[in-house]
Amino acid sequence: MTLLVLLSISIVVATAVYLSLSRDLFRVVIGLTMLGAAINLVVFAAGRFASLTPPLLASAEDAQAAAVANPLVQALVLTAIVISFALLCFALVLGARLRAEAGNDDMRQMHAAEPVAWDTVKPPELED
Amino acid sequence: MLVLSPLLVPLFTAVVTVLLQRHQRAQQGFSIAGAAALLLCALWLMQEVSSGGRIQVALGNWPLPFAIEFVADRLSALMVVITAVLGLGVLVYQTSIAEPAGESALLHPLLHGLLAAAGGAVLTADLFNLYVWFELMLITVLGLLVVQDGFRHLDAAFKYFALNLLGTLLFLAAVAMLYGTTGQLNFSGLADAVEHPELKAVIPVYVAMLISAFLLKAAAFPLFFWLPASYHTLPAPVLALIGGLITKVGVYVLLRLMGEVFVDQPAMFYEALGWIAVATMISGVLGAAYHWDLRRILAFHIVSQIGYLLLAIALATPASGSAGVFFMVHNILAKAALFLIAGIMWRTAGHYDLRRIGGLYPARPLLAVLFLIAGFSLVGIPPSSGFWGKFLLVQESFVQGRYAWGGLALAVGVLTLYSMVKIWLEGFWKPHPQGAALTATTPRLTPAYAVVLVLALLLLVTGLYPEPLIQYTQAATAMLWQRSAP
Repeated sequence: MTLLVLLSISIVVATAVYLSLSRDLFRVVIGLTMLGAAINLVVFAAGRFASLTPPLLASAEDAQAAAVANPLVQALVLTAIVISFALLCFALVLGARLRAEAGNDDMRQMHAAEPVAWDTVKPPELED
Repeated sequence: MLVLSPLLVPLFTAVVTVLLQRHQRAQQGFSIAGAAALLLCALWLMQEVSSGGRIQVALGNWPLPFAIEFVADRLSALMVVITAVLGLGVLVYQTSIAEPAGESALLHPLLHGLLAAAGGAVLTADLFNLYVWFELMLITVLGLLVVQDGFRHLDAAFKYFALNLLGTLLFLAAVAMLYGTTGQLNFSGLADAVEHPELKAVIPVYVAMLISAFLLKAAAFPLFFWLPASYHTLPAPVLALIGGLITKVGVYVLLRLMGEVFVDQPAMFYEALGWIAVATMISGVLGAAYHWDLRRILAFHIVSQIGYLLLAIALATPASGSAGVFFMVHNILAKAALFLIAGIMWRTAGHYDLRRIGGLYPARPLLAVLFLIAGFSLVGIPPSSGFWGKFLLVQESFVQGRYAWGGLALAVGVLTLYSMVKIWLEGFWKPHPQGAALTATTPRLTPAYAVVLVLALLLLVTGLYPEPLIQYTQAATAMLWQRSAP
């Protein structure tokens, strides 16, 4: 089980890194989101896969006796999922707007904020 | 409750300002009132912790390693006060038309969200909670970037988003692995757990991940590219708040984690941090030397000054921590003052590019004096506040035998002077390239001038009478790097 999770996390991370390094705007967004998903799996894995027993215990002594699943990581991963989903929505809208403004989705063409400095002495002037 | 006030007050203000979106006057008024209330709470908190020591709150009444804990001590109270001063200053500045920032109805809620996130990140004593505050900070800054709504703002927002998200994810991964290994998220719980001899081998790996994540957040060499790519698209008041605050919160968290939680780390980490600090100083100041746009010059100087703060962490003693915190207070004020002055210069002379403006010294002598105070503070000319910050830092590095670090820090000061002299000569001294193109009357700049005047006075007082602040920071950082001491 641990090996399987390890393998899937590494595949997702590799895919995510490949996509994030792309010049295509949407691939970058998807890549970063997949990286977030991989990290969520890491958070989930931090709680061990040893037991499937739910942590419903009558007293504190039972916790020592029975090896139960760790509920805290599930709370943590839920928080992380909510945040990364919100960021994904934001990034998709941002990407769509950027693409509409720029006319293409090539990241190397986007120099609106930082004009390319062709001259080694005189930096380009910015708007306004 | 008082400990939580730096979160609750801005969150409440943010909610109310959202409800008041349709009524701009009322929104602005309430927003300033909220910031003033935050400042009062912060000062009260500072008063309480200076007389009574640290205050802690464990939420939900859980026993301590399990509850989400918020701790106010001298260090975090100082950061909260500085945040509140900056927040109030920026909001007052915003009322003048120095640069109306487009005045989107979402501006005030986002600014207060940012203040709440900074307050939370400073006060929390729980690693996962810290992650949440950093995400809130990321989201509010992205919001502030995109409410400007132009191609370059969107472009800047995307670059900011991509690189900062990478840092946050790295941070989250480190948190997960630390939790998986130690079973702790609470700072003091973690500090006890990582001293277990069996964990000596693995903990530094996770700590290295944490350090990398915060170096990215703090804009350290070679991870600072998101900062000069995005900051300069913001309007001056927002830029002053973000540029003054965000990266410093990253450094503050790094200081707290390294000094209080992961105390006993390999010496290699500190060696690396020191050289990263020096590289950050040099690359930032050289980037600034190339540029002619006021905002870009100052944005690169943020990077350069982060180097000094990282040097304080690399030296890793209570004395260096104290010097670092003193430098941080001075730097937040000086940086914000310079950005706000840049806003007034833009309004008065018509452009941010130094090649297009000039003649401000005869036209606006008061502005020139204010610029000199803030600029000299940034450089560290005695008797300014920057002098004491740099003096304490360089002294500590010489005491520790780190002559290269201290010497390079001094050399970078000279290059900082070059940038400030460039702004002075081009913006203030030379005549305006288009003759008398200065705006003859600049109405309603009074609040802007008032805010800059207050910041400059704070800088002057800190410079001329640094003893109370030095004593405070020494008391605040006395507990750093003490755990491993025999």
